[in-house]
Amino acid sequence: MNLDTIVFLVSAVVAVFSATMMISQRNTVASVLYLILSLLAQAVLYIQLSALFLSAVLIIVYAGAIMVLFLFVVMLLNLRGNQDLGDKPSPVSRITKYLVSILLVVELVFIIRGIGFDTGTVGIMTLAADDFGSVAAVARILFTNYLYPFELTGVLLLVAIVGAVVVSKREKSYETPAGSGNMPDDRKKVEI
Amino acid sequence: MVPISAYLILAAVLFGIGTIGVLITRNVIVIFMSIELMLNAANLALIAFSRGMNVLDGHVFVFLVLTVAAAEAAVGLAMIVLIFRNRETINIDRFSIMKW
Repeated sequence: MNLDTIVFLVSAVVAVFSATMMISQRNTVASVLYLILSLLAQAVLYIQLSALFLSAVLIIVYAGAIMVLFLFVVMLLNLRGNQDLGDKPSPVSRITKYLVSILLVVELVFIIRGIGFDTGTVGIMTLAADDFGSVAAVARILFTNYLYPFELTGVLLLVAIVGAVVVSKREKSYETPAGSGNMPDDRKKVEI
Repeated sequence: MVPISAYLILAAVLFGIGTIGVLITRNVIVIFMSIELMLNAANLALIAFSRGMNVLDGHVFVFLVLTVAAAEAAVGLAMIVLIFRNRETINIDRFSIMKW
């Protein structure tokens, strides 16, 4: 077993383990932290696949920005473990969701057995070029062949910014006039 | 050398975990994070294929997927905060207010 395989196995086990822990945690903050751990393990795999630029982007944008946004929201909502989830769902819905999950796992096992571990359709990697996955190489193809999709990405981000601001802005009519003294209760007024 | 199929199997497993997370949890934030996990599993498969075929197009797709994920997180979390203000819960079963 060479170093490549060891790095792959360790990262894969960490990624799968922390992803499993993420969906099984009661505490939402713990599940956010487990997702960050899973993303870091995936960043190691990106480096192994010589995607250096995207590995840096994954850590900076995902682990650094998006997950911090999640943490902010979790702390803003001030969740207290299980009690915010309300009553248990009906037995029919619970049985159905576990049944579908088991079906999915069985399906995955069949697919993996079909692929096999070392006789893949793409097979063993060939040697990559020196600058494969570097910032310069990715930028060259991004700004030539994929210039139009890249520009559309800017429009998408603009729409997302405007959408997030509009959605999270409070309606004018629900605002309490300044000095009326009942500010803490004004969140009750927007009950629907 | 680790074969490409090993990365693809890992991507499939991560995608499956994400799907199961969407199915079985009731916490809307965990469901949202499961969706992010599924996007990342697809990214891993794209990068593995890109490396296997020695072309950089997959990297561009992953870049675009990351942008979409960022936009989706911003808008989705804003909606979660808004609904939490009205409903005082993060249970997905009580988020059915857009149904008619």
